[in-house]
Amino acid sequence: MSESLNSPGYEIPDELQGTVAITTLDRIYNWGRRNSIWPMMFGLACCAIEMICTAASRYDLARFGMEVMRPSPRQTDLMIVSGTVTKKMVPQIVRLYNQMAEPRYVLAMGACASGGGPFKEGYNVVSGIDKYIPVDVYVPGCPPTPQALLHGLIKLQEKIDKQSLKEVPWYKKAPSEPIPVPVLGPDIMDPRDYAKIREFTLQPVAPVQEEELSA
Amino acid sequence: MTEQTLAPALNLEERFGDWVTPDTRKGYEGYLVAPEHLTDFATALRDEFGYDYLASLTAVDYLPEGKMEVVYHVSQSTGGAPLVFKVQVPREDPVTVPSLVPVYPGAEFQEREAWDLMGIRFEGHPDLRRILMWEGFEGHPLRKDWKEAYYEADTKPFKSRWPAGQIHRVEDTLPFGKNVKYPDGFDPEKWTPVEEEALYASLKRVPSEGDLPTEQIIVNLGPQHPSTHGVFRMAVTLDGETIVDLKPVMGYLHRNHEKIGERNTYLMNIPFTDRLDYLSSLSNNFGYVLAVEKLMGIKPPERAEYIRVIMAELTRIQNHLFAIGMFLNDLGAFFTPSLYAIEERELILDTFEAVTGSRMRCNYMRFGGVARDFPPGQLERIRDLVFNRLPAKVDEFDAYLTNNEIVRARCEGVGVLTPEQAIAYSTCGPVLRASGVPYDLRRADPYSIYDRFDFDVAVRYHGDVYDRYLVRMDEIRQSIRILQQAVEQIPEGPVVTGKQQYQVRVPAGEAYGRVEGPKGELGFYVVSNGKPNPWRYHVRAPSFINLTALAEMCKGNKIADAVIILGSIDIVLGETDR
Repeated sequence: MSESLNSPGYEIPDELQGTVAITTLDRIYNWGRRNSIWPMMFGLACCAIEMICTAASRYDLARFGMEVMRPSPRQTDLMIVSGTVTKKMVPQIVRLYNQMAEPRYVLAMGACASGGGPFKEGYNVVSGIDKYIPVDVYVPGCPPTPQALLHGLIKLQEKIDKQSLKEVPWYKKAPSEPIPVPVLGPDIMDPRDYAKIREFTLQPVAPVQEEELSA
Repeated sequence: MTEQTLAPALNLEERFGDWVTPDTRKGYEGYLVAPEHLTDFATALRDEFGYDYLASLTAVDYLPEGKMEVVYHVSQSTGGAPLVFKVQVPREDPVTVPSLVPVYPGAEFQEREAWDLMGIRFEGHPDLRRILMWEGFEGHPLRKDWKEAYYEADTKPFKSRWPAGQIHRVEDTLPFGKNVKYPDGFDPEKWTPVEEEALYASLKRVPSEGDLPTEQIIVNLGPQHPSTHGVFRMAVTLDGETIVDLKPVMGYLHRNHEKIGERNTYLMNIPFTDRLDYLSSLSNNFGYVLAVEKLMGIKPPERAEYIRVIMAELTRIQNHLFAIGMFLNDLGAFFTPSLYAIEERELILDTFEAVTGSRMRCNYMRFGGVARDFPPGQLERIRDLVFNRLPAKVDEFDAYLTNNEIVRARCEGVGVLTPEQAIAYSTCGPVLRASGVPYDLRRADPYSIYDRFDFDVAVRYHGDVYDRYLVRMDEIRQSIRILQQAVEQIPEGPVVTGKQQYQVRVPAGEAYGRVEGPKGELGFYVVSNGKPNPWRYHVRAPSFINLTALAEMCKGNKIADAVIILGSIDIVLGETDR
């Protein structure tokens, strides 16, 4: 058992050393969770190939207890958004996120998932998945190497270590609100933005000119 | 060194009279066909001249001339250079062109794409819906007067960034701060989505026979499904477990490659081609630089040709390894065969990393050569790989898989495509060759230095899933043969001609460069107007066009077989959707 787990500040008598562990509930809870994160079997683009390589024998995700990739969002703890998020795909991603049971985490793998990447200007590309769902870890790279993805996953473990049962949202009394699923209209529409869209389209105002910005 | 050429010497005017006129624009080739005679012309071309294979269909928006042009590249399935013909129509809505689906069924998805992105209505198309974007999307994005939300300027480099401009975030100039725009007067509350109804209405249902009324159900596989190799979706009508009809639904990874590519300078597109078929970036580089080199009229030095061939063949091997591994996944051998395949693939990726600097996104080829030479000792490592390691490992694969009882029981006789269908549906690569058509561009229309190597075109004759697997195994062996010759023959010398520039000068004209990628014929159609950016940049994507035959292969099979039939086509969504 790791050093950090078994250091609650109590002296363990010599004769019980190595037999008894005294720890806090937070520590044992997080220790269990951090070492059995099940990612969703969910690949979007190029980064998914590096994700598969990370899971394969050379980089071996199993060392971190994360090799169990589940195809169903109901059984997963982590969504690795591995690739370009397009407008056509984002309703499905939000729906999958809503279907995941808490505690759930999101890792944005690569430049596209983090902010649009090389395809940012494209008419069908979302500038980063964080426009729609909350992201815990961003991994840079295009695509990130397996080492970079592992680093991101270790960062996620560190984040889990810092969480406390008293504060985590999934033990609060009120159920968590699902994220409204975007709708495909003439362009992608986030239901949270409807008032803003109406305000703009029904009473057109002149958009800010480029000259004014650079001036 | 051989060079692909266009327009073989055919006297089409004699046969067709005033239906056709030669395309006399400077830098252009082929023929202009009158729209009203297009169907008859194509039928005659197919039946009398043997141009039975529609390689590529795309459209170009000549906004200044007020014209839309549909460009067809057809080939003979026995080999030879492609013939190009075009149809010009005035650029007034609605732009209509007769559909060629009755002549070349392989045009189906390509015409849908041209409708979706260019707004060309193909009269007589059986199912003209949007294919990459969704029904209800506003406008046809590849038209030159269509501007996206993040529009800054027509061409790169943007003035704001070059040479030392005021870089800003484009979001900050927009009312929503997001990559969205809506038409004036649009009310989101009153919007009803139309995408799914159109799709389900297009699926065939067969009335039940006999006294017992049975109901056919529609099942969606994907876009999030472990068997679909990414974000691909199949809508299937089922009678019990038997597939009655199937429609592929794509566009979930449509990253606007062509729109971005027409804004980029020529050089900036090379890293974007990496991301097309993201398993085989070097083959993509190869096709694109061939097309632009054809326009520029330059040739790479000898050593660069060899390096290109070595890298492209290594790419083919690692792609097929991965494809076979994932195909076995689809068969239910969950991940164990893949682990063996990925282990070998990693060794090839190490070579890529050493030579190009990156495992997957190589960005290695340049116009007139390659970016840099092999690092010291790398050729020795490749030699060891292709003489010792890989042949032994392929034999090992063969021993474990090829005669495995379950593999044979599930694959033999499933998803059969006859040679006639394979040609008609414009399939290419291993799918075409597994149906008994020995059509490999390295032999059929040789490019680079492939005419120097001794190798066989892998071909099998049953057209089923098992033969597609066998063709890939054969191709790995043939690629190893080519590599063994190439590493022995490679000369010393420079690896690039001329001075490398940020902006290359490309004379006005059109070019179609094609290579035999791991998935099949990968073509790049580039139109230049003499400016630093391409006017039109189209990718003829093998994964996309091979899917045209998917429904035909699946009909009558069980739903579980649809998964392996899809696996046997070996699609990569980055290329399918672009």
